[in-house]
Amino acid sequence: MKHTISVLVENHFGVLAHVAGLFSARGFNIDSLAVGETDDPTVSRMTIVAHGDDRVIEQINKQLNKLIDVIKVQDLTEEEKIARELVLAKVHATAANRSDILQIVNTFRAKVVDVNPRSITIEVTGNEEKVDAMLELLRPFGVKEVVRTGTIALSRKSELSLKKEKEESPSKSESVAKEKE
Amino acid sequence: MELTGAQILIESLKREGVEVVFGLPGGAILPTFDTLYDSGLRFVLVRHEQGAAHMADGYARATGKPGVCIVTSGPGATNLVTGIATAYMDSVPMVCITGQVATTAIGSDAFQEADTIGITRPVTKHNFLIKDVRDIARTVREAFYIASTGRKGPVVIDFPVDVSRAKTEFDWPKTVHIRGYKPTVEGHPKQIEKAAEIINQSKRPVLYVGGGCVASDAAEELTAFARKTGIPCTTTVHGLGAFPEDDPLALRMLGMHGTHYANYSVQNSDVLIAVGARFDDRVTGKVSLFAPKAKIIHIDIDPASISKTVLVDVPIVGEVKQILRELAKRVKKLDLAEWHQQIEGWKKKHPLKYDQSGKVIRQQYVIDKVGELTGHDAVITTGVGQHQMWTAQWYGFRKPRTMITSGGLGTMGYGFPAAIGAKVGLPEKTVVCIDGDGSFQMTLFELATAVYYKIPVKVFIMNNAHHGMVRQWQELFYNRRYSASELGPSNPDFVKVAEGYGALGIRVTEKDEVVPAIKKALAHNGPVVVDCVVAPEDNVYPMVPAGHALDQVMDMA
Repeated sequence: MKHTISVLVENHFGVLAHVAGLFSARGFNIDSLAVGETDDPTVSRMTIVAHGDDRVIEQINKQLNKLIDVIKVQDLTEEEKIARELVLAKVHATAANRSDILQIVNTFRAKVVDVNPRSITIEVTGNEEKVDAMLELLRPFGVKEVVRTGTIALSRKSELSLKKEKEESPSKSESVAKEKE
Repeated sequence: MELTGAQILIESLKREGVEVVFGLPGGAILPTFDTLYDSGLRFVLVRHEQGAAHMADGYARATGKPGVCIVTSGPGATNLVTGIATAYMDSVPMVCITGQVATTAIGSDAFQEADTIGITRPVTKHNFLIKDVRDIARTVREAFYIASTGRKGPVVIDFPVDVSRAKTEFDWPKTVHIRGYKPTVEGHPKQIEKAAEIINQSKRPVLYVGGGCVASDAAEELTAFARKTGIPCTTTVHGLGAFPEDDPLALRMLGMHGTHYANYSVQNSDVLIAVGARFDDRVTGKVSLFAPKAKIIHIDIDPASISKTVLVDVPIVGEVKQILRELAKRVKKLDLAEWHQQIEGWKKKHPLKYDQSGKVIRQQYVIDKVGELTGHDAVITTGVGQHQMWTAQWYGFRKPRTMITSGGLGTMGYGFPAAIGAKVGLPEKTVVCIDGDGSFQMTLFELATAVYYKIPVKVFIMNNAHHGMVRQWQELFYNRRYSASELGPSNPDFVKVAEGYGALGIRVTEKDEVVPAIKKALAHNGPVVVDCVVAPEDNVYPMVPAGHALDQVMDMA
């Protein structure tokens, strides 16, 4: 099952390597990883999408927590969340089928960001399902190139704020305890 | 007053209470060595950086204090890596300072440049590259804090040469605050309560104790807990010494080369209490068949160790010492007469044994006698292989921090430098390295270090002229095709080697000579190498072949 994990990390060099190294060293798979500074310039937020069985996901969460530069980890999978991905797709287009493509673009509330005699480049934002659905419809026209940012996500309810650091959040032992109860 | 980066580094080490540093100099770390020269800090110059890491590691395991080494950039740092990885696998607190080329040259493939941070990332608890002289004091403070708290481990500080020359005011941080690092110390009361309930209802409980109990200095609490409840206790190789093996409740070591009765007890237990242990594959055998009837309680400082390989029923995250104290308050004396009787039966039927006939020296005999003659109280270090397992079986450990061995990474060549480090940390203690002829040759050049600094460690080479454990596996599982496991024809004369370095060399070839040689070695005031020419083709038993359940034990005929 796919999990979306939000991670607050120290914003300095080497942190990404630590996180990436954790995945490669233990044979975990990253489906996507998006990272950028938060409103606090000393902190970055990573959104990691990974898949695996429950035990793998539990290990990913725990191993992330173990990294010194990781400030906070939140698995958003079971949370109500807002998840978005930005995608650019360059689609083969001729005068004959351009309007068909534009119809799909409109249906998905996507945007045309570049047009030339042989192709259209489309920008679309949405969750993974929406993006996949649109790409599926575009495929018959000939998708020349696609680039995806990877998912970024926020919980709708709780904030992963710095005020609540690891110490004040329920300790791992408690959360494990809860799982078992 | 402004200090140089090197001065700040050395001053910071002193503030951390460092007594001794192991290492070897080189270009990029020269300013630091220049400061070290008249700093008053004790420095031990090694012959190879791997030795420095193992010495710092042995020092740390023997004393409980973080070991420190300082080496240069590039090859200095890469030579350290095996030692760092060894410490990482066994959760040993260490701070390793590596020189680095100037910040302006990093990434330019400069002379003796290596990406030390990149190379050591997977084998350290954390690592730092200091880019600004103002960060040194705080970084050292954090490094020691990270290394010696929570699940302990090695930390690397990469120290560019220009930073060591730059100047700033020395400002020692009063506190450490790392927002991403808050190890859990106290166990969750509800979990402790639940564990106590399960223990109080158990009929066939077993304590399974690992290195975490030693690291947490909880041997006393463990012994009290076991004796109060009457629960029998088995230890991993790193747990040896946490529980006295002459106690009637002792089951000795479990796992691949554990005792029959330890393994049978675990397999038949209804409650298994894992204390600072991580369910290593050498302990569990086939995981799906491990302790099949048991509810498992797992006490560990590292949440990531919980349910990593074996699903546990009651996890308790925190310091072993505190949790055992709390747990002891909530448990009662159990009625385990039947269980004890069953175990006693296994002990009688399947004691540890070896062939005592003839004049040939058996490794078990030497180790047994070393145990006797040191009152089971020496600090023992080992290499890796047959002699290591026999040491675990036959020394008779009674006190914590007396078994110092590379159990996780299994680093041959670890034992001798680790012994030097242990002896530096505990000069009053007898320190004995039980080594193999293969293992010893990987780091024997540190004899120069032991002789020069007058560090009187005693090395007993179990010289069976083979990579014995490799030979054993080839005999049992590879149709006796002894590929690259024989050392006899190429081994040196170890007595002459010892003498060449200025140490005392003794050779024994017959059983009768063993006890006098041990006595002579222990009495000698200096480093000693005893070359024990032992039976070349003995196998370590009992043995649970890899991938089998713990109760599928092979033993000698």
